[in-house]
Parts: sequence; structure tokens; C-alpha cells
Amino acid sequence: MIAIVNYGMGNLFSIYNAMNRVGADPKIVRDPDGLKEAEGIVIPGVGAFGSCMDQLSRFEGALLQAFDEGVPMLGICVGMQVLFEESEESPKARGLGWIEGKVVRLPEGVMIPQMGWNSLTIKRPVEMLNGIFDGDMFYFVHSYYGRPKDPSVIAATTEHGVEVTAAVAKDNLFATQFHPEKSGAKGLRILENFVRFTRC
Amino acid sequence: MLARRIIPCLDCDLGVPGGRVVKGVEFKQIRYAGIPWELARRYYEDGADEIVFLDITASHERRETMTSVIKKTSESVFVPLAVGGGIKSVKEAREVFNAGADKITVNTSALKRPELITEISDKYGNQAVVLAVDAKRRYNLEDGREIVQTPEGPCWFECSFYGGREFTGVDAISWARRAVSLGAGEILLTSMDRDGTYDGFDIPLTDAVAKSVRIPVIASGGCASPDHMLEVFQRTDASAALAASIFHFGEWNIADVKRYLKERGVNVRV
Repeated sequence: MIAIVNYGMGNLFSIYNAMNRVGADPKIVRDPDGLKEAEGIVIPGVGAFGSCMDQLSRFEGALLQAFDEGVPMLGICVGMQVLFEESEESPKARGLGWIEGKVVRLPEGVMIPQMGWNSLTIKRPVEMLNGIFDGDMFYFVHSYYGRPKDPSVIAATTEHGVEVTAAVAKDNLFATQFHPEKSGAKGLRILENFVRFTRC
Repeated sequence: MLARRIIPCLDCDLGVPGGRVVKGVEFKQIRYAGIPWELARRYYEDGADEIVFLDITASHERRETMTSVIKKTSESVFVPLAVGGGIKSVKEAREVFNAGADKITVNTSALKRPELITEISDKYGNQAVVLAVDAKRRYNLEDGREIVQTPEGPCWFECSFYGGREFTGVDAISWARRAVSLGAGEILLTSMDRDGTYDGFDIPLTDAVAKSVRIPVIASGGCASPDHMLEVFQRTDASAALAASIFHFGEWNIADVKRYLKERGVNVRV
């Protein structure tokens, strides 16, 4: 079972349907207890960093335990940003801090939010990017992006005024700034990679 | 760099069970095109970057038909879905988002009550609110209008609502700019002069609006060929081109259109 964490931020229908499509057994989980049996965990997220963290905080213990146990985890969009320590969007809020670094605003002079299809540059050929190549396009909707202290966690980037972190990978954790569930066949391929990873 | 998007538009008549896609000419003369979720899936498989559903019946009791169309579509379509037609409140927007829509489009209700844009964007984010503008050329130049030079002479653009049946006196370019400050994240710009005519996009209109706002503009109305899309992308900053008939009636396949554009140097997802 793959748990999709429902902490009240946004519509989980798309990610649920996409997981179904790639043959996973998704379940929308409303309580931290529901994460115990999960073979994989998806942390979605829309809205502001601070309000996401407010809602996510009750899951923090259960998520940390699963992370430590090596359960494969997938963060999407703001669900990737909350893995960092802090964000310019909500300076008072604290992130999960599993990835050292800060979430910063896209530079002035470009369209904000970045909304649309942009191409990836692969920095590290991680398993989660099997079947994905330089130039493949994914759907982004965001105004902020994560800047890790240790650049070696960056798996892929995209270009929007600056080089933007598009995906990070660290141990059993993988996260994307783009929406794989809205990125057509290439996005489904990433979800399929994730599902395969949960079964190893 | 962001790709230029190709968006098929499904005008839905939800007055029949399951709904049906129709297409009008100059907002009239209706022709039947297919079943909404089936067409959406075909376009997704052909490489559509996004799909727009417009409920052209838009009466309250048909909202349920629209939500079931979106639910069914989102089981097999994995690109963004935008849905519009008769959404008048945050509550109605919520029903559509909960069914699986990523964006809602508003026109008439926002012209009548502009705060609606702010109410929905506060809750769902700017990126989730698309302002649909149906603009018609007016050659009677008046003070306070944003005048645009066209090959046919200088004109301003008037917003229409109620699906093109009524006019508002509102200047389309000023309205687009105001909608951005209210929280709209994108403009779906339809030329009423070109819609259904197969004469190509209204380039001066698209160019003027795209230069006036710093959010994506979707050009719509009049597209009959990949050449028209090439023209709008070469001559304006439109982020996306929307078309209906050329895809519905089998004249062009989305994959072929994108290949055509890519070969001519347009950055599209293929």
C-alpha cells in the first residue's frame, strides 16, 4: 500500500488516480497511524509553506519514523519544499529539515508563478529518473524553489531565470518540484519508478 | 525555458446524459463533436498540454454532470484540466476542484462581481484562476479606451459575457490588467471576431493583452491550421494556443501540430 498523506492541503484526486494508473495500491491517509503499514509514502502539497507545515506537523513524528526505517518517500511540489529547513515564503515557519538548505523565491523578471511545461537537466542518474532524459518536459506550478546546502542531493534542475532545483534524492527520499501526476507519460514513468522502488 | 502550450477546448452541452462536446461558429450554429471524457482522453494521448472544458449550458442543475465528466476524465488524463462556465462562487469552484480540476475559468460572474477572482485565488492560489475574456473589436473610438492598431484600422476591444450574447461596455485590455491585480493567474483570450471563422488568431488583440499583463495569455478564436499557431507564437508573447474545431473534426492531430511547430523553431513539448 502506498499512503498519500492527506493533511488537508489540496486535491489528492490526481495523484490518487495517477498512482492507480501505474498499478500501485494507493490509499489516502488522514491519520499518522495510517502510515504504519505503508510501503511507500507520498507527501503532496499545495498552498503556502507555512500553512502546509501547520497542517503537516501532526504527521511529523510518524513521517520521521518511516524515513528512518527506510520507507521510500516521494515529495511533490510544496511537499518537496517542506523537506527543507525553512522558506522565504513563511519566515516564521520551520520545515521538516531532512534536507539542509532553504526554499527561496524565483528571481524578479521572470513570470511568477512559473506555470507550465519546462525541461529537465539531469544532474544525477538516480533510479527514480529511470527512463527520463535531458530535455524531457514536466509540469511546474510554483513561486519558490529549494536550494540545498549540499548540491549533491540535486537529481535534476530546470531553468526559469535561474537554475531551479527540479528534483532531489537522498537515501530513501525523492522529491520533485514539478507535478509528475500532471506531466503526462513521463510523469507517470516517475511514479512507476517509485512504485517499483517500494517493492524492492 | 517554458514551452508554448497547445490546448484543445471542449465546449460541453451538459443538457444530455453524460454531456456532449459541441462547437459553434461565432458563438452560434452548434455542431456535435463527441463525448467529453472520450475526446479529452484522445487529446491527452495525442500530446495535449492541458485540456479546457467549458460548460456552455451552465445552468445550476447541470453542475453535477460537469463534475462527473471531470471525475471520469481525471481517471485517465494526466495533464492539467481547466473547467469553466457559470461558476459564480467559491462554493461552486470547490465542487469543480474537488472533482479533479486544476484551474477554473470565470467570465460573466467575474465581470458582474470582480471580487470573485480574489475570493477563489485566496483559497486556491492565483495559478488556479483563469480569467476568460471574450473580446470584440469596436471601431468607434472613445475616450478612455485602450486603442490598438490593426490592419483594419484602430479599434478598442469590448468584453462580452453570457457566452457572447451580451456586451458589457468594459474595455477588455483594462479588464485583463485589473483581473491580474485581483488575483487572476492566466488569461484565456478569445477573439469574438475570429471565433469559428477559421481566419487565424487576432494577432493585434493577443499581442496587446500579452504585453499588458505579466501572466500567461492563452490565444483563442479562429485557429484553423498549425500555421495560425505558428503565427501567434512568432508574432506575440502568447503562452498557449487554444483550438477546438481543427482537433474535433479530425483535420489535425495534436501530435502533428506540435511536430510542425517544433520543426519551425517553436519550443513545444513533443
